[in-house]
Amino acid sequence: MEIYNDLSEFQLSVLSEIGNIGAGNAATSLASILADKVSMTVPKLQIIDVNSMTAILGGPENELAGILVNMTGDIQGMLLFLFDKKFICKLINVLLDKDIDKFENITDLDMSAIMEIGNIMAGSYISAISVLTNLSIGLSTPQLAIDMTGAILSYPAAMFGMIGEKLLFIEENFLSGEESIKSHLLIMPEPNSLQLIMESLGVC
Amino acid sequence: MEKKLVVGISDQQIAFPSDCLITYALGSCVGICLYDQLKRISGLAHILLPESFNSGSRNETYKFADTAIAELVNAMEKQGSSRNRLVAKIAGGASMFVNSTINIGERNVEAVKRELNRLNIKLIAEDTGLNYGRTVKFSSEDGKMTVTAIGKGIKIL
Repeated sequence: MEIYNDLSEFQLSVLSEIGNIGAGNAATSLASILADKVSMTVPKLQIIDVNSMTAILGGPENELAGILVNMTGDIQGMLLFLFDKKFICKLINVLLDKDIDKFENITDLDMSAIMEIGNIMAGSYISAISVLTNLSIGLSTPQLAIDMTGAILSYPAAMFGMIGEKLLFIEENFLSGEESIKSHLLIMPEPNSLQLIMESLGVC
Repeated sequence: MEKKLVVGISDQQIAFPSDCLITYALGSCVGICLYDQLKRISGLAHILLPESFNSGSRNETYKFADTAIAELVNAMEKQGSSRNRLVAKIAGGASMFVNSTINIGERNVEAVKRELNRLNIKLIAEDTGLNYGRTVKFSSEDGKMTVTAIGKGIKIL
Protein backbone atom coordinates (compact mmCIF):
# COMPACT_ATOMS: atom_id res chain seq x y z
CA MET A 1 0.00 0.00 0.00
CA GLU A 2 2.62 2.52 -1.01
CA ILE A 3 0.02 5.06 -1.90
CA TYR A 4 2.26 8.02 -2.55
CA ASN A 5 4.71 6.28 -4.87
CA ASP A 6 2.47 6.60 -7.87
CA LEU A 7 1.96 10.34 -7.58
CA SER A 8 3.44 12.63 -10.18
CA GLU A 9 5.47 15.74 -9.39
CA PHE A 10 2.46 17.80 -10.32
CA GLN A 11 0.16 15.90 -7.97
CA LEU A 12 2.69 16.31 -5.19
CA SER A 13 2.82 20.04 -5.76
CA VAL A 14 -0.96 20.11 -5.53
CA LEU A 15 -0.79 18.30 -2.20
CA SER A 16 1.84 20.78 -1.13
CA GLU A 17 -0.47 23.63 -1.98
CA ILE A 18 -3.26 22.06 0.08
CA GLY A 19 -0.74 21.89 2.92
CA ASN A 20 0.09 25.57 2.41
CA ILE A 21 -3.48 26.69 2.51
CA GLY A 22 -4.22 24.45 5.49
CA ALA A 23 -1.23 25.83 7.38
CA GLY A 24 -2.30 29.38 6.48
CA ASN A 25 -5.73 28.71 7.97
CA ALA A 26 -4.10 27.12 11.00
CA ALA A 27 -1.86 30.17 11.52
CA THR A 28 -4.93 32.42 11.42
CA SER A 29 -6.67 30.22 13.99
CA LEU A 30 -3.59 30.17 16.19
CA ALA A 31 -3.33 33.95 16.01
CA SER A 32 -6.86 34.31 17.34
CA ILE A 33 -6.25 31.72 20.05
CA LEU A 34 -3.01 33.33 21.17
CA ALA A 35 -4.42 36.83 20.65
CA ASP A 36 -1.16 37.69 18.97
CA LYS A 37 0.17 38.04 15.47
CA VAL A 38 1.20 34.67 14.09
CA SER A 39 3.14 34.40 10.88
CA MET A 40 4.53 31.29 9.30
CA THR A 41 7.24 30.14 6.98
CA VAL A 42 6.36 28.01 3.93
CA PRO A 43 5.46 24.55 5.27
CA LYS A 44 7.82 21.77 4.36
CA LEU A 45 6.07 18.80 2.84
CA GLN A 46 7.83 15.47 2.77
CA ILE A 47 6.85 11.95 1.84
CA ILE A 48 8.90 9.79 4.16
CA ASP A 49 8.80 6.57 6.16
CA VAL A 50 8.06 6.28 9.88
CA ASN A 51 11.71 5.79 10.83
CA SER A 52 12.78 9.05 9.16
CA MET A 53 9.83 10.79 10.79
CA THR A 54 10.90 9.53 14.20
CA ALA A 55 14.41 10.89 13.58
CA ILE A 56 13.08 14.33 12.56
CA LEU A 57 10.92 14.39 15.69
CA GLY A 58 13.93 13.93 17.97
CA GLY A 59 14.22 10.14 18.21
CA PRO A 60 11.91 7.38 19.46
CA GLU A 61 12.05 8.36 23.14
CA ASN A 62 11.49 12.09 22.70
CA GLU A 63 8.32 13.17 24.47
CA LEU A 64 5.61 14.74 22.32
CA ALA A 65 1.91 15.44 22.33
CA GLY A 66 0.03 13.64 19.56
CA ILE A 67 -3.51 14.62 18.65
CA LEU A 68 -5.37 12.19 16.44
CA VAL A 69 -8.44 13.14 14.46
CA ASN A 70 -10.33 10.81 12.13
CA MET A 71 -11.71 12.10 8.85
CA THR A 72 -15.19 10.92 7.98
CA GLY A 73 -17.69 11.55 5.20
CA ASP A 74 -16.45 11.64 1.59
CA ILE A 75 -12.86 11.21 2.77
CA GLN A 76 -11.73 8.47 5.17
CA GLY A 77 -8.45 8.55 6.99
CA MET A 78 -6.68 10.33 9.81
CA LEU A 79 -4.74 13.40 10.75
CA LEU A 80 -2.11 13.22 13.47
CA PHE A 81 -0.73 16.49 14.84
CA LEU A 82 2.56 16.31 16.71
CA PHE A 83 3.38 19.20 19.01
CA ASP A 84 6.54 19.55 21.04
CA LYS A 85 6.72 20.59 24.66
CA LYS A 86 7.45 24.24 23.90
CA PHE A 87 4.38 24.54 21.66
CA ILE A 88 2.04 22.85 24.15
CA CYS A 89 3.28 24.83 27.14
CA LYS A 90 2.96 28.11 25.28
CA LEU A 91 -0.62 27.31 24.27
CA ILE A 92 -1.60 26.30 27.80
CA ASN A 93 0.13 29.26 29.36
CA VAL A 94 -1.64 31.72 27.08
CA LEU A 95 -5.04 30.03 27.07
CA LEU A 96 -5.29 29.19 30.73
CA ASP A 97 -3.06 31.92 32.10
CA LYS A 98 -0.52 29.55 33.62
CA ASP A 99 3.22 29.24 33.69
CA ILE A 100 4.25 25.67 33.03
CA ASP A 101 7.28 24.36 31.19
CA LYS A 102 6.94 20.59 31.60
CA PHE A 103 4.54 17.92 30.37
CA GLU A 104 4.41 16.52 33.92
CA ASN A 105 2.55 19.60 35.12
CA ILE A 106 -0.29 19.17 32.65
CA THR A 107 -3.76 18.74 34.16
CA ASP A 108 -6.97 17.27 32.74
CA LEU A 109 -8.25 20.75 31.97
CA ASP A 110 -5.02 21.49 30.06
CA MET A 111 -5.50 18.27 28.11
CA SER A 112 -8.98 19.24 27.00
CA ALA A 113 -7.61 22.63 25.93
CA ILE A 114 -4.94 20.86 23.85
CA MET A 115 -7.58 18.65 22.24
CA GLU A 116 -9.60 21.72 21.38
CA ILE A 117 -6.53 23.24 19.70
CA GLY A 118 -6.17 19.99 17.77
CA ASN A 119 -9.77 20.26 16.73
CA ILE A 120 -9.29 23.81 15.48
CA MET A 121 -6.05 22.97 13.66
CA ALA A 122 -7.64 19.91 12.05
CA GLY A 123 -10.58 22.05 10.99
CA SER A 124 -8.14 24.47 9.32
CA TYR A 125 -6.74 21.74 7.13
CA ILE A 126 -10.01 20.01 6.46
CA SER A 127 -11.66 23.22 5.32
CA ALA A 128 -8.71 23.78 2.93
CA ILE A 129 -9.20 20.35 1.38
CA SER A 130 -12.95 20.66 1.45
CA VAL A 131 -13.09 24.06 -0.27
CA LEU A 132 -10.62 23.04 -2.98
CA THR A 133 -12.19 19.68 -3.74
CA ASN A 134 -15.82 20.43 -2.99
CA LEU A 135 -15.93 17.23 -0.93
CA SER A 136 -17.72 17.03 2.36
CA ILE A 137 -15.39 15.95 5.16
CA GLY A 138 -16.27 15.45 8.82
CA LEU A 139 -14.02 15.18 11.84
CA SER A 140 -14.15 12.90 14.86
CA THR A 141 -13.54 14.07 18.42
CA PRO A 142 -9.77 14.48 18.87
CA GLN A 143 -7.81 12.02 20.99
CA LEU A 144 -4.67 12.98 22.82
CA ALA A 145 -1.55 11.05 23.82
CA ILE A 146 1.46 12.60 25.52
CA ASP A 147 4.20 10.03 25.28
CA MET A 148 7.32 8.83 23.47
CA THR A 149 7.38 9.68 19.76
CA GLY A 150 7.92 6.05 18.75
CA ALA A 151 4.94 4.90 20.79
CA ILE A 152 2.66 7.59 19.33
CA LEU A 153 3.73 6.79 15.76
CA SER A 154 3.12 3.07 16.33
CA TYR A 155 -0.60 3.77 16.08
CA PRO A 156 -0.69 5.11 12.52
CA ALA A 157 2.02 2.61 11.58
CA ALA A 158 -0.16 -0.26 12.75
CA MET A 159 -3.38 1.15 11.34
CA PHE A 160 -1.82 1.57 7.95
CA GLY A 161 0.52 -1.41 8.25
CA MET A 162 3.19 0.61 6.61
CA ILE A 163 6.46 0.75 8.45
CA GLY A 164 9.04 1.38 5.79
CA GLU A 165 6.31 2.65 3.56
CA LYS A 166 5.86 6.32 3.09
CA LEU A 167 3.49 8.85 4.53
CA LEU A 168 2.75 12.53 3.96
CA PHE A 169 4.48 14.59 6.63
CA ILE A 170 4.20 18.36 6.95
CA GLU A 171 6.46 20.54 9.04
CA GLU A 172 5.31 24.04 9.92
CA ASN A 173 7.07 26.89 11.60
CA PHE A 174 4.84 29.45 13.23
CA LEU A 175 6.30 32.71 14.44
CA SER A 176 4.57 34.41 17.31
CA GLY A 177 6.34 37.51 18.58
CA GLU A 178 9.98 36.53 18.68
CA GLU A 179 9.27 32.90 19.31
CA SER A 180 9.33 30.22 16.68
CA ILE A 181 7.12 27.23 17.31
CA LYS A 182 7.29 24.14 15.24
CA SER A 183 4.53 21.64 14.66
CA HIS A 184 4.25 18.53 12.54
CA LEU A 185 1.31 16.92 10.88
CA LEU A 186 0.88 13.48 9.43
CA ILE A 187 -1.90 13.16 6.85
CA MET A 188 -3.15 9.67 6.14
CA PRO A 189 -6.06 9.39 3.75
CA GLU A 190 -7.17 5.90 2.79
CA PRO A 191 -5.85 5.12 -0.71
CA ASN A 192 -9.33 5.47 -2.26
CA SER A 193 -9.77 8.82 -0.59
CA LEU A 194 -6.45 10.14 -1.90
CA GLN A 195 -7.56 9.08 -5.36
CA LEU A 196 -10.85 10.89 -4.85
CA ILE A 197 -9.05 14.09 -3.76
CA MET A 198 -6.90 13.96 -6.89
CA GLU A 199 -9.92 13.33 -9.10
CA SER A 200 -11.86 16.17 -7.52
CA LEU A 201 -8.95 18.50 -8.19
CA GLY A 202 -8.72 17.24 -11.76
CA VAL A 203 -5.10 16.18 -11.38
CA CYS A 204 -5.30 12.41 -11.77
CA MET B 1 32.05 -4.32 27.99
CA GLU B 2 28.37 -4.89 27.41
CA LYS B 3 27.31 -4.63 23.79
CA LYS B 4 23.91 -3.03 23.18
CA LEU B 5 21.97 -4.30 20.18
CA VAL B 6 19.14 -2.04 19.07
CA VAL B 7 16.03 -3.68 17.64
CA GLY B 8 13.92 -1.48 15.34
CA ILE B 9 10.24 -1.82 14.50
CA SER B 10 9.46 -5.02 12.59
CA ASP B 11 12.94 -6.24 13.39
CA GLN B 12 14.65 -8.85 15.57
CA GLN B 13 18.11 -9.53 16.99
CA ILE B 14 19.94 -12.17 18.98
CA ALA B 15 22.36 -11.47 21.84
CA PHE B 16 24.96 -13.64 23.56
CA PRO B 17 26.15 -13.66 27.20
CA SER B 18 27.23 -10.23 28.49
CA ASP B 19 25.32 -8.42 25.72
CA CYS B 20 21.93 -6.81 25.89
CA LEU B 21 19.03 -6.09 23.54
CA ILE B 22 17.06 -2.88 23.52
CA THR B 23 13.97 -1.69 21.67
CA TYR B 24 12.66 1.85 22.05
CA ALA B 25 9.21 3.26 22.54
CA LEU B 26 6.86 0.32 22.09
CA GLY B 27 3.34 1.68 21.73
CA SER B 28 0.77 -0.76 20.40
CA CYS B 29 3.70 -2.90 19.22
CA VAL B 30 4.85 -5.81 21.38
CA GLY B 31 8.44 -6.66 22.30
CA ILE B 32 8.98 -10.39 22.77
CA CYS B 33 12.11 -11.46 24.67
CA LEU B 34 13.04 -15.14 24.44
CA TYR B 35 15.72 -16.50 26.75
CA ASP B 36 17.79 -19.67 26.98
CA GLN B 37 19.20 -19.58 30.49
CA LEU B 38 21.64 -22.45 29.97
CA LYS B 39 23.41 -20.89 26.98
CA ARG B 40 22.51 -17.34 28.02
CA ILE B 41 21.35 -16.60 24.50
CA SER B 42 18.48 -14.16 24.12
CA GLY B 43 16.36 -12.91 21.26
CA LEU B 44 14.14 -9.86 20.97
CA ALA B 45 11.44 -9.35 18.33
CA HIS B 46 9.50 -6.09 17.91
CA ILE B 47 6.22 -6.84 16.15
CA LEU B 48 3.81 -4.29 14.71
CA LEU B 49 0.72 -6.33 13.89
CA PRO B 50 -0.92 -9.57 15.02
CA GLU B 51 -1.39 -11.54 11.84
CA SER B 52 0.29 -11.64 8.48
CA PHE B 53 -1.86 -11.10 5.47
CA ASN B 54 -0.96 -11.83 1.93
CA SER B 55 1.28 -8.88 1.33
CA GLY B 56 2.95 -9.90 -1.87
CA SER B 57 6.61 -10.60 -2.38
CA ARG B 58 8.08 -8.38 0.29
CA ASN B 59 9.73 -10.11 3.18
CA GLU B 60 7.72 -8.99 6.16
CA THR B 61 8.25 -11.96 8.45
CA TYR B 62 9.39 -9.78 11.36
CA LYS B 63 6.38 -7.50 11.22
CA PHE B 64 3.75 -9.97 12.46
CA ALA B 65 3.35 -11.94 15.71
CA ASP B 66 2.33 -15.11 13.88
CA THR B 67 5.46 -15.20 11.72
CA ALA B 68 8.13 -13.32 13.71
CA ILE B 69 8.25 -15.46 16.86
CA ALA B 70 8.70 -18.78 15.04
CA GLU B 71 11.42 -17.14 12.93
CA LEU B 72 13.20 -15.88 16.07
CA VAL B 73 13.07 -19.37 17.61
CA ASN B 74 14.62 -20.84 14.44
CA ALA B 75 17.34 -18.21 14.40
CA MET B 76 18.16 -18.85 18.07
CA GLU B 77 18.36 -22.59 17.44
CA LYS B 78 20.87 -21.94 14.68
CA GLN B 79 22.98 -20.18 17.30
CA GLY B 80 22.97 -23.24 19.54
CA SER B 81 19.88 -22.64 21.62
CA SER B 82 17.14 -25.22 22.06
CA ARG B 83 13.43 -24.39 21.85
CA ASN B 84 12.50 -26.52 24.85
CA ARG B 85 14.70 -24.37 27.07
CA LEU B 86 13.21 -21.05 25.91
CA VAL B 87 11.08 -18.88 28.16
CA ALA B 88 9.42 -15.59 27.19
CA LYS B 89 8.95 -12.15 28.69
CA ILE B 90 6.85 -9.62 26.82
CA ALA B 91 6.04 -5.89 27.02
CA GLY B 92 4.03 -3.34 25.05
CA GLY B 93 0.62 -3.68 23.45
CA ALA B 94 -0.61 -0.36 24.79
CA SER B 95 -3.62 1.48 23.48
CA MET B 96 -2.09 4.88 22.71
CA PHE B 97 -5.34 6.56 21.76
CA VAL B 98 -8.09 5.72 24.21
CA ASN B 99 -11.07 5.91 21.91
CA SER B 100 -9.61 3.74 19.20
CA THR B 101 -12.28 1.46 17.87
CA ILE B 102 -9.81 -1.23 16.91
CA ASN B 103 -7.52 -2.02 19.80
CA ILE B 104 -4.36 -3.06 17.96
CA GLY B 105 -2.32 -3.30 21.17
CA GLU B 106 -4.69 -5.78 22.76
CA ARG B 107 -4.89 -7.84 19.56
CA ASN B 108 -1.09 -7.87 19.34
CA VAL B 109 -0.76 -9.19 22.90
CA GLU B 110 -3.38 -11.89 22.27
CA ALA B 111 -1.66 -12.98 19.07
CA VAL B 112 1.75 -13.13 20.78
CA LYS B 113 0.35 -15.28 23.61
CA ARG B 114 -1.38 -17.59 21.15
CA GLU B 115 1.82 -18.02 19.20
CA LEU B 116 3.96 -18.64 22.32
CA ASN B 117 1.42 -21.24 23.39
CA ARG B 118 1.50 -22.89 19.98
CA LEU B 119 5.31 -23.05 20.13
CA ASN B 120 5.21 -24.41 23.69
CA ILE B 121 7.17 -21.49 25.07
CA LYS B 122 6.29 -20.52 28.61
CA LEU B 123 5.45 -16.86 29.24
CA ILE B 124 7.03 -15.99 32.59
CA ALA B 125 6.60 -12.22 32.79
CA GLU B 126 4.69 -9.44 31.06
CA ASP B 127 4.09 -5.72 31.26
CA THR B 128 1.39 -5.08 28.69
CA GLY B 129 -1.71 -3.05 27.90
CA LEU B 130 -2.74 0.30 29.42
CA ASN B 131 -2.09 3.50 27.51
CA TYR B 132 1.58 4.41 27.58
CA GLY B 133 4.76 3.73 25.64
CA ARG B 134 7.54 1.50 26.93
CA THR B 135 11.23 1.02 26.22
CA VAL B 136 12.48 -2.52 26.81
CA LYS B 137 15.97 -3.66 27.60
CA PHE B 138 16.86 -7.34 27.96
CA SER B 139 20.08 -8.58 29.47
CA SER B 140 21.43 -11.80 28.05
CA GLU B 141 23.67 -12.14 31.08
CA ASP B 142 20.95 -12.60 33.68
CA GLY B 143 17.69 -12.81 31.67
CA LYS B 144 16.21 -9.67 33.23
CA MET B 145 13.85 -7.45 31.28
CA THR B 146 13.90 -3.76 32.21
CA VAL B 147 10.88 -1.70 31.20
CA THR B 148 10.97 2.09 31.31
CA ALA B 149 8.05 4.42 30.68
CA ILE B 150 7.66 8.18 31.01
CA GLY B 151 6.52 9.06 34.52
CA LYS B 152 6.10 5.41 35.53
CA GLY B 153 9.59 4.63 36.77
CA ILE B 154 11.54 1.49 35.95
CA LYS B 155 10.24 -2.06 36.21
CA ILE B 156 12.56 -5.04 36.31
CA LEU B 157 10.91 -8.32 35.35
